[in-house]
Amino acid sequence: MTVLSITDLNVFFSTEGGDLHALRDVSFDVPERRIVGIVGESGCGKSTLINAILGLLADNGRVGGGGIHFEGHDLTRLGPKEMQALRGPRIATVFQDPMGALNPVVSVGAQMRNIQYRSGLSRSEKDAKSVAILQKVRIPDAGAALARYPHEFSGGMKQRIAIAMALLMEPALLIADEPTTALDATLEVATIELLKELQQDIGCSVLFISHHLGVIAELCDDVVVMYAGEVVERGTTRQVFNNPGHPYAARLLECDPARQSERVRLLPTIPGEIPDLRHRPEGCIFAPRCDRRAPACEARQSELPLQTGHMARCALAEARS
Amino acid sequence: MSEAVSNPPSMAQRLRLGDIWKATRRVLREPLGAFGLILVLVMIGGAVFADWLTAYEPNKISPRDRFQGPSLDHLLGTDHLGRDLFTRVLHGGRIALWVALFSTAISLSIGIVLGLIAGYGPRWLDNLMLLLFDSIKSFPTVMLALALVTLAGPSLTAVVIVVVLVNVPGYARIIRTQTLALKESEFVTAAQSMGASSARILRVHVMPNVIGPLLILASMDIPVVIAIEAGMSFLGLGVRPPTPSWGAILNDGFTAIRDTPWIAIAGGLPIILTTLGFTFLGETLRDVFDPRLKGRG
Repeated sequence: MTVLSITDLNVFFSTEGGDLHALRDVSFDVPERRIVGIVGESGCGKSTLINAILGLLADNGRVGGGGIHFEGHDLTRLGPKEMQALRGPRIATVFQDPMGALNPVVSVGAQMRNIQYRSGLSRSEKDAKSVAILQKVRIPDAGAALARYPHEFSGGMKQRIAIAMALLMEPALLIADEPTTALDATLEVATIELLKELQQDIGCSVLFISHHLGVIAELCDDVVVMYAGEVVERGTTRQVFNNPGHPYAARLLECDPARQSERVRLLPTIPGEIPDLRHRPEGCIFAPRCDRRAPACEARQSELPLQTGHMARCALAEARS
Repeated sequence: MSEAVSNPPSMAQRLRLGDIWKATRRVLREPLGAFGLILVLVMIGGAVFADWLTAYEPNKISPRDRFQGPSLDHLLGTDHLGRDLFTRVLHGGRIALWVALFSTAISLSIGIVLGLIAGYGPRWLDNLMLLLFDSIKSFPTVMLALALVTLAGPSLTAVVIVVVLVNVPGYARIIRTQTLALKESEFVTAAQSMGASSARILRVHVMPNVIGPLLILASMDIPVVIAIEAGMSFLGLGVRPPTPSWGAILNDGFTAIRDTPWIAIAGGLPIILTTLGFTFLGETLRDVFDPRLKGRG
């Protein structure tokens, strides 16, 4: 069963310098009860993808083809009211900055009651539910925590509260937008273990966005590698990490400091930068930075299957079936 | 609870009963603040308990007692119709304070709603409303009052409408600016992503963040409102005689200021003391709640 299925999604932003093609032919699935990681460098379209799923693209953005299928609806065709009804109860989101995601002048309990405003529960029932989920994310003295304000909690606790708020309505899909980036390393591990535990407990699917390969490897069942608004490779975590088919994915893995076996003076990098998306080249998007460039790269690339469920958008990725 | 950190309470924090007591103590520690608070309390007390504080009627004419100077019988003397001025000042305080509180409350409500709409709504609406605010603000208060009174006649309602027209643009602008900033904050995005509607976001998330600073500002505007009411009543644009108002008493004494100065003093002194009291109190409150402004003029 697939919870979220994105097919050939294209997103454009109209800017003064012309239309910006932010996402091109993005396709991937989030199966039920699986954690799918999206990895890519800054500006590769991760946030645009989230906003497109949530129906919260900026005013100058539009979906120009493709579909986002969720529980039998095509989200690209739903009106604002219907999208609003899905956000929260069915699709919930945790954001990167735990300091900013909680309203500083509203108590935690009131914020959690606000989230349940469509539930029809009484005030005390709502509070009981809030306490239960706060206990699950291991907030000490959860009952008293309801009366407190966000500044009375530490950063890690705030992020756990934000996760609790997102899972309060037991959504089918949790979108986690770099939820551990603002936390230090110890908290990161704890938060990831907690997230995994809650995901199994509630039985939801998770779309986990990160640029931290170690976190993705630890947490995710499947991985989607994005580059400049395109999915360049996708497959199970094992497939992608052990046998990367796309040169970008391979180089990205090589650049992970955790994979360096010996001490080097300079960490490896990928030379060059992301191309200007207003003038997207017709051929392979990664070709200008690729060290395995060939004449075949001039043509438009399609996703080539490498193994069952493992695809790479590279003409040179040899099929190993 | 080892993980819990406690930061110093910020201005944005919601007021609780304990906080109010704490703030009062801090106001009392400042000499000007204590002075202001006492003046304000005396004025409010006089207005509220006016019926018990004097034996006279504010509007009872008694020709035998005309133009009497201050004495034990008439603490502030009597006016040209023999009315006890102390009684009239107390009852005038009711008018002044009622106008101040009522019209400030109305200005705040309208200002908040308009500011939220301008800040959160579409761009064209924002521009239109800014134009409207600036147009209203460009009228001098007296001109506005004259125009309105010409159309509708002098009354207390006219005073309230003038005050509301003068105050709303300023409040709305402040709310608008804050809303614009908060609109981009992550907790508003988070609320959107959890399916909250715009109206809900404004009510639940934006309002609590903007209301605190605005209340302080409004408290500093109260002396201005009192002066507007007194001024309009002095010019005959406000309350109708014989209703006691500080501005009207001042006007009664103004014609005979050489022979019977106590009438003008009875009208003028409460205006000065009350505006001073509210100004001191407002400024001290601002300093107490906003540490960033401390030590600045």
